[in-house]
Amino acid sequence: MRAHPLPAHPLPRRRRAATVNTLYYALCVLLVAVFLFPILWSALTSLKPPSEAAATPPTLWPSHLVLDNYATLAGYGAGLVRYVGNSLLVAVITIVLTSILSLLGGYGFSRFQFVGRNVLFVVMLATLMIPFQSILTPLYLILRAIHLQDTLLGLALVYTTFQLPFAIFVMRNSFDSVPREIEEAALIDGCSSVTLLTRVMFPVVLPGVVTVALFAFFGSWNEFLAALIFLNDSDKYTLPVMLLNVQSGLYGSVDWGAVQAGMMLSMLPCIALFLFLQRYYLSGLTQGAVK
Amino acid sequence: MPPVRANTLNPPAARSRPRSRSWWRKQVGLLFVLPSVAFTAVFFLAPLVMTAWMSLHDWPLLGARHFTGLQNYAALLSDGNFWSSLGFTAKYTLVVTPVLFVLAFGLALLVKRSVRWVGLFRTAYFLPVVIGLATSSLLWVWLLNDQVGVFNAGLAAIGVIREPFQWLATTGSALTAIVVMVTWKMVGLTMLLLLIGMQAIPEEFYEAARVDGASPWEQLRFITLPLMRRTFALALVLSVIGSFLAFDPMYIMAGGGPQNSTITTVYWIFKAAFVQFRLGYAASLSVVLLVILIAVSVVQLYLLRDDTRY
Repeated sequence: MRAHPLPAHPLPRRRRAATVNTLYYALCVLLVAVFLFPILWSALTSLKPPSEAAATPPTLWPSHLVLDNYATLAGYGAGLVRYVGNSLLVAVITIVLTSILSLLGGYGFSRFQFVGRNVLFVVMLATLMIPFQSILTPLYLILRAIHLQDTLLGLALVYTTFQLPFAIFVMRNSFDSVPREIEEAALIDGCSSVTLLTRVMFPVVLPGVVTVALFAFFGSWNEFLAALIFLNDSDKYTLPVMLLNVQSGLYGSVDWGAVQAGMMLSMLPCIALFLFLQRYYLSGLTQGAVK
Repeated sequence: MPPVRANTLNPPAARSRPRSRSWWRKQVGLLFVLPSVAFTAVFFLAPLVMTAWMSLHDWPLLGARHFTGLQNYAALLSDGNFWSSLGFTAKYTLVVTPVLFVLAFGLALLVKRSVRWVGLFRTAYFLPVVIGLATSSLLWVWLLNDQVGVFNAGLAAIGVIREPFQWLATTGSALTAIVVMVTWKMVGLTMLLLLIGMQAIPEEFYEAARVDGASPWEQLRFITLPLMRRTFALALVLSVIGSFLAFDPMYIMAGGGPQNSTITTVYWIFKAAFVQFRLGYAASLSVVLLVILIAVSVVQLYLLRDDTRY
């Protein structure tokens, strides 16, 4: 970098800085509009009377706010409550299993020396590199062989497996950062190893558990391909698969208002969880990226 | 560290003793990791091995299967659908990766400054990342619809088009539409990665450069870009792997059409296995996809580990 004379500015320095600042904020706000516009428009449309939601050309503001679209959607197929329930059930099983298994696994890998420890840990991490898309066909056969194909439990077990490598990685790091003195003190106090894990260690590694649970939620709530393949019975569909059917008008002609109502149900839990638990979500992302 | 201590504490004579209770006590850790290992074995390792085994068979969904050796792979070489799916996947990857990357870099530069509201801007740009890919695809089908879609209405309002345009009806415009959707949804993630990389560069480097009279462009060229090489590599590889596995947007937005022109490799595996019920053939496609992805991962490790430059 060589030194060079300062460029001559057409404007006095302070006014130029103010202009740059205004342009900066204008650009940033414009971009906010670009990113949020589809979500907001969808939200507004979901609250329009159905005929307005299907109007050509589309209108931005609803003439009055109604919940008709949500009511229509509630009557689709086996009923909206059923589909939201399916998605929630899969998410809850995935979250609970992933949290428990990775808590145990992370503790084991962090605090114990046992035969095959390093090999097993490397195998678990290696699965991060291999996408589930490439083993869908045999997974289908395995689920069928153990009679879990076309069940929400089977889907949740598959989701859990694919959350595990990352979850165990996060939990092992969480346990690694806990000083050993805490355990030693508890052991001297006469804690059993189970009490030690549940009463002493769990509160300390809770941030890791929240991260793991959050990723398990996003992973299962938003997943589409495996749900499309493993679920045949339309009563068992999760939200993304059900929404595709609403959108393609399988139950008659496309009801755009109902589609937007479904969008909101699918998006809002993710947006709300992200906004409330941003810290955990972002720490999970950085851990996942660095691997 | 543990092996050294173990050797000094357990001389050979002591080690040759029969396995004591303390040896067993040490294996307790295995009990903790066993449940997750079992899950991985059943739902991950077993299907992985089965994929390789199935790829050597004529394996219909129902009925008898036959060992056919490498016939699936031979069939794959002369399968036009396979090559066109691989071609489309590569084309999609080559288009979406630079678009994502350049826009994400611009956004990261924009929100790197610690000014008022910047946290709000970062959150807004990142927000679509948390929405599911299937849901965003469905959302954009609506935005791009020729009757009720706001996209066509907007273009018509400013006079760019006279008739509503069927974005998903031609190959080129379908690809454009998918790239726009994926960019909207994913650019915040790449932005965040690049931002973290940028913030890891010590501020003193820039101060020193400014003292030497470096322009903002020179600071970017000689400090930011070279020091972010590893972050760039990471972002690129994540984008390439993600693009190679693309399925949801193609299935939901374009349905593989027009004329199967937007079928990606994963989509073709899906069709072979669950539409045509040729499970063995689908497995051979999976093996090829895996080999490609492992090659990409190896490149990733190479790029990320090469630390010689700084």
